[in-house]
Parts: sequence; structure tokens; C-alpha cells
Amino acid sequence: MTISRASFDAIVIGGGGAGLRAAYQLSQANYKTAVISKVFPTRSHTVSAQGGMAASLGNVEHDDWKWHMYDTVKGSDYLGDQDCIEYMCQAAPEVVYELEHMGLPFSRLDDGRIYQRAFGGQTKNYGEALIRRTCAAADRTGHALLHTLFQQNLAEETNFFNEWYAVDLVRAENGAVSGVLAFSIEDGEVVFIQSKIVILATGGSGKIYKSTTNAGINTGDGLGMALRAGLPVQDIEMWQFHPTGIYGAGVLVTEGCRGEGGYLINKDGERFMERYAPNAKDLACRDVVARAIATEIKEGRGCGPKADHVFLKLNHLDQEVITKRLPGIRELSKTFAHVDPIKTPIPVVPTCHYMMGGIPTNVHGQVIDINKNDSQENIVTGLYAIGECASVSVHGANRLGSNSLLDLVVFGRASGMHAIEMLNQGMDNAYATNEALDKVLARINRWDESAKNPSQEAEGVAELRSELQDAMQAYFGVFRTAEYMEKGLEKLKDIQVRVAKAKLSDASRVFNTARVEALELDNLMEIAMATAICALKREESRGAHSREDFPKRDDQNWMKHSIVFADGSYTSRAVNFDPKYVEAFPPKERVY
Amino acid sequence: MSANNKTVKFSIYRFDPEKDKKPYMQDYSLEIPADGDMMLLAALKELKAQDPTLTFRHSCGEGVCGSDGMNVNGKNRLGCITHLSALGDKITLRPLPGLPVIRDLVVDMTQFYEQYEKATPYLKTKGAPPVKERLQSPEQADALNGLYECILCACCSTSCPSFWWNPDKFLGPAALLQAYRFLIDSRDDYQKERLENLNDAFSAMRCHSIMNCVDVCPKGLNPTKAISHIKTMLVDDET
Repeated sequence: MTISRASFDAIVIGGGGAGLRAAYQLSQANYKTAVISKVFPTRSHTVSAQGGMAASLGNVEHDDWKWHMYDTVKGSDYLGDQDCIEYMCQAAPEVVYELEHMGLPFSRLDDGRIYQRAFGGQTKNYGEALIRRTCAAADRTGHALLHTLFQQNLAEETNFFNEWYAVDLVRAENGAVSGVLAFSIEDGEVVFIQSKIVILATGGSGKIYKSTTNAGINTGDGLGMALRAGLPVQDIEMWQFHPTGIYGAGVLVTEGCRGEGGYLINKDGERFMERYAPNAKDLACRDVVARAIATEIKEGRGCGPKADHVFLKLNHLDQEVITKRLPGIRELSKTFAHVDPIKTPIPVVPTCHYMMGGIPTNVHGQVIDINKNDSQENIVTGLYAIGECASVSVHGANRLGSNSLLDLVVFGRASGMHAIEMLNQGMDNAYATNEALDKVLARINRWDESAKNPSQEAEGVAELRSELQDAMQAYFGVFRTAEYMEKGLEKLKDIQVRVAKAKLSDASRVFNTARVEALELDNLMEIAMATAICALKREESRGAHSREDFPKRDDQNWMKHSIVFADGSYTSRAVNFDPKYVEAFPPKERVY
Repeated sequence: MSANNKTVKFSIYRFDPEKDKKPYMQDYSLEIPADGDMMLLAALKELKAQDPTLTFRHSCGEGVCGSDGMNVNGKNRLGCITHLSALGDKITLRPLPGLPVIRDLVVDMTQFYEQYEKATPYLKTKGAPPVKERLQSPEQADALNGLYECILCACCSTSCPSFWWNPDKFLGPAALLQAYRFLIDSRDDYQKERLENLNDAFSAMRCHSIMNCVDVCPKGLNPTKAISHIKTMLVDDET
């Protein structure tokens, strides 16, 4: 089959914060760069980020990037790679200043410098007390960041394939990446976009859960692509449940609320975090706070007629704190919970929020392939992964609030810089064979055929997606046990067989969103299976992965990254304890 | 229908250029719990589960990505933050007016984005930036509030008669809101050039303060006010 082709020096798949930061770098260096995004870039999920991004600017009180590094390592429950965490925390002030120079409308302190607020797990002097480290644009920092980066890409004349859907990676015989198969959602045309550099920046995959703060587009397309291309994903059992999703709606309420002085209460009006984290209280790490809420609910101290949520109390704060620093939260609370937080506490419940795991990369964002048999590691030439779809890993088993926007920008920039160096050295295209292309076309062809010749017994996409989400929600939530997860895995295996035979119920070529949803379902399926396998394997509790049957962290056996492939084969990788400029932080018991 | 449910009726604009000669309205109905409320987008997703060919854009589900602007009972709104209870028993959905329809509720937003780009919506500065941040007083930063929060949903521009008449020459409320956002950013060094870019009979001047934009903005922003400030700046610049 012959299909159209296009060619670039670099393509970035995904137009969120990470992708746009990488594209900006490459366009500025005058390399022919294109962003492929399934939505218009400013509709990417970065736009929903609220609280801010961490950087040790020290604008409010003295700060040090080494303290930030310590907090991040401890927050990761020692599963983060210390060389990469060191790089991120050290680079943080510089990337924040760059964003300010690009025009990001930060909130300001009286002296004109960038406003910083407190956030969970961000401390001074290696855990001594909370610190104000999170740089914010009110409670709309993600929106401000994403729009600023998009605007700068317009200025740099980056090419945009907006509302194009990337289906799969195409690899050359030597394993190097050759490009990506994609189609225009508007007219359905499938094109092979060839490129010397391919940067995956496709974001997270929270849509594997029924209740999530994630946008509809967060279907883990990059992870699905990597897995189908024979590459592994890492630590994918590590899913962050944000303590404060609005009850019943799943909409996020920023941790910045607690950073500004808000706190959680149970049905007795008790500030229960004082029992779980006597020092940091409501600003302990997210895994700690989410588990505390789940425990309060389990033990009958939840609020409401079903005793199935708790309250986030802000009504003791100065009204101006809410109107100036948290205006978006007030708007969301009114819309989705019918309460005005100035007067009434917000009903909240832990909600799936962030994928710590992803495609394994090094500090430049280069994707690492791992040999299934001897665990040998190899760089995939030309392929990068950045942002939530990557596991660098700077978040390990639990991400600190306000470290994700930072991750996007630091590694967006790092991958751009590294790719430029490769291109400067005369890197050439890796050519794929026709067979390689045909192999990749097979999946989309199957779905298209199922729409043209619908079979009566084949199931539809919406029902299967809903079943998958129910299974993940029920069996792979905040607390996990082998018995339960095994049931969940059986369920997923059954769904997987049915997805492979499912049908697409729309044969139109024009703006066929059903076709997009079908291809997305394949990705959700891959990630749900990978999560189930790794969650069952890891027989310990670490960070967000909390096993009731293995309640302790087991550094002896499990201080390692889990690695899983599409065929279910499983191996592991060592965690990096070799930072460049400081001594590694040895594992300690994690108390807040 | 169970006693605890009620039926909501929809009339939805349908058009697939591959098979329809012209657009038509299709009726749908949905049972929802009588005592509960539901967002319009959630209802649309349920209708799509019944009829996968029903086509609309959506993503964040919380009114911040700007994907699901549509005309609801005659008014432009975002589906994800519009409660069904605010819409009565019969809900009529059409695509945003004034832009070409690609399919069903999906419009071609090219014109809208082109006008946005014409407003040069990015900070332009002279000389090398400082090592740290540029300083801005809280007042200077506050001046950008009510401007930068735009989500580019196009509810405003597609409700504006001046934009309908001159979509190629009048920038429209969304683009002008961004034009003003950069005109008054204390960090920008190109105010004069920005004003020159707008100094003709159409770009900004075709705003007749009809204020439909203010009425429909789902973020509560006020493009009319921003445009009137631009007009004042244009006049002051000439004198």
C-alpha cells in the first residue's frame, strides 16, 4: 500500500508543556520541526495544572536546590534516579526565569519578584520545616505556562499538525526510529511522517481509571506506541491518587489550597492529618495524604450520607487569599460541588491524577531499550520521551506536587538541546522498510475494516472502555492486595481478548472521533495490563503502591525499577544512586 | 422509565459531508436521575455511547481547555460546565455560528486562529534579558488578570456580528483581548508597533460594543472593555 509521506528534522508528538518546550528549542535552532497534536495545542492537559512549579528561587525565604533534591528523592520513596533528580532541581531556577522572559504572567511579590507558595513535601534544610518554593500564576499556572509556550512557538514558526493523531512508531531494521504513522482527524488521511528525531510527549494515561482528574485525551498514546514498537515501560504500577479531587466530579482542587492554609477535616470536624503526619500535617506527600483520607473513610469517619468523602476547609482563610490566589478553585467548586469555598468546605476524595511510570529514559530524554534476556540497556537512536509519558525517573514511586510542570520544562529543554547536538553532528534519517510500514498499518486497517463490515457479535468501544476503567478502579486503587489484583488481572485479560475483536461503528473519513477513540482504547488496554502485571509483581509498599499484604518497604528486594513489555515479560533495572555534585541520599524511613 | 428518572430531549445539528447533502436536526433523548444534575458534556458522551457517529470536540471536562464550545439553545456555551438543569426539557445544540462546519458540532476554527496570530500574541522585548526574572509590581501583574485567562474556545468571536461580517478584517474579541494583554504587559517593548498593527478601520475599530462577547464568555472575561482601551490607545497614539 502506498501512502503519503512528509519529512522533518524533528517531530514532537504531543503539544503539551513538554512537547512545546522541546519544539521551541529545536525551532529556535532553525531545525525543521513539527508538532503533531491530536488537539489544538492549548487544549492539551498541561492547561489544567493549577498550583505551580517548584524551583529554589528563594524569593520568599532562603532556598537551595540541594534541599529540593532531597525532598524529591524522599518524596519518590527512593525509587527516583538521583542523577536525574539532581539535574532537574539544579536546572529549575534557570528554566523558570526563561519562562518569565518568555512572558509567563507569574503572580508577584511586593518587591516585584515571582510569587512562591508552600506545597506538599517541599521543605527547607533537608526536611526541617515547610518552605515556599512553588512558583505560581494564581491557580492557573498550567494554563499560563501552556499558552506562553504555544505563543513562543508561533513566534519561532514551528510547524503544527493540529488535530492529527499519531498511530504508531515506525522503526528501521537497526532499531533506530524512522518516523511515525499519523492521520489528519479532519479528513482521515494517513501519512508516514519521517523524521531524524522523534520526541514522544504524549502525556499521561489517567483514563485507565473511571474516576480521574485527567482530561479525556489522556489515553497514554505514547506508551502504547512504545510498547507496540517492542520497547518497555517502567514503574507503571506507580499511579498517584491526588488527595483532593472534587467528590462526584473528579475535578482537581490544587494542593495549593493547603499551601495557602487550607486543611482537611473528617465528619467530626477533626483535622485528622495531625495524626498521620504530625509535622507536615496537610502538606505531607500526596501518597501519605491520600492514604490517610482512604483510611478515615474506611474506618467510618467519612463525611456525607454515604460517609465516602472528607472536606477541604478554606473558609477560615482571609477572603482575599481565595479571590486572589485561588480564583479558579472558587469557580470550579461552585460549578462542580455547588459550594463557595469562602463560606463552605469542599467535599473531596482521592482521585487518580498522575502516572509516575512511563517510557524509561536517560537524563537527556533518550529512550532506553532493555534486553529481555540479559537486561542489557541500549539507547534507541533518534527517539526521546519527555514529560508525563517518560520515566526519567524523577518521580519514582510518588511525585511531589509542583514537580510535574518543572519536569515538563526541564526535560523538554534537555531533549531539545540533545537532539540539536545530534542534528549538528549530521545525524541522518533511518529508513524503514515497506514491511515495517505495513506492520504498523495493520492495526488501523483492522479497525477501519470492522467499520466497513460490521459483525453483529463484535462489541463497541465505549462499553469495553467502561469495563476496563471499572476494573482498574475496583482492583488497582489506593490499597492493593494480591487476591484482589489477581481477579483484576483475569478481568483485564478477558477484556483484552474482546478489544482485539471489537468494532468501530463509524466508517466516515471526516472528523471521525470514534476512530480516534478506538485507537486510544488499544493504548488504554496496553497500559492497564502493564500496570496490573507490575503491581502484582512488586511485593512491597513504596510510595503510591500500597500493598495491604506487604505493608512495608523492602529495600533488600525491591529497590529497583520494574520493567515490563507488551508481551507481559518482566524484568528490572537498578535505581541510580550516583549524582554528579552531591553525595547520594541513602534510603531512610519516610516520615512527615 | 423508572419513577426516579426523567427524560431530557435533545435536538442536535447533524452533518457528515461524506453522506449528507445538507445538514439536518436529529432528535435524541436521555434518561437521567430525576434528583441529580448532569453536565451537558456528560450527556453528550452518553448519547455518543448510543450513537458513535455523533461528533463533537471535548477534553478537560472542567472549562479550561476550550474544546467544547457550542451553541446551546441559541447561546454559545461550553458543554462541560453547563448544567442540564439550566437548559429546560428540550435542548437544541448547534455548532458555533459563523464558522464553516466540518461535521456535526465541529467547526473549522482556522479563521479564528489566524486572527489570534495576527494579534502577535507573544512577548517581544529588546536587548538581552536579565539573569533572573524581570520585575513586575503586583499592580502591573494584576493588570493582566481578566486577559491572559482566555481559553480560545471562540464562544465570543462566533457570537459577534462584526466578526460574522468581516471575519478576515476584524480581529474579533478573542484576538483583541490578547492584543491588549500584550499591549499593557509592562515587560513588552513593542507597544508602538503593536498599535500600528491595529491602526486601520477594521482590525479593532469594527467593534461596536454590542457586548455579545461579554455575555457569552464562559470565563467571565470582558473583551469589549479591552477593545475600548485599545481604541483609546489608538486615538491617543495619533494625537
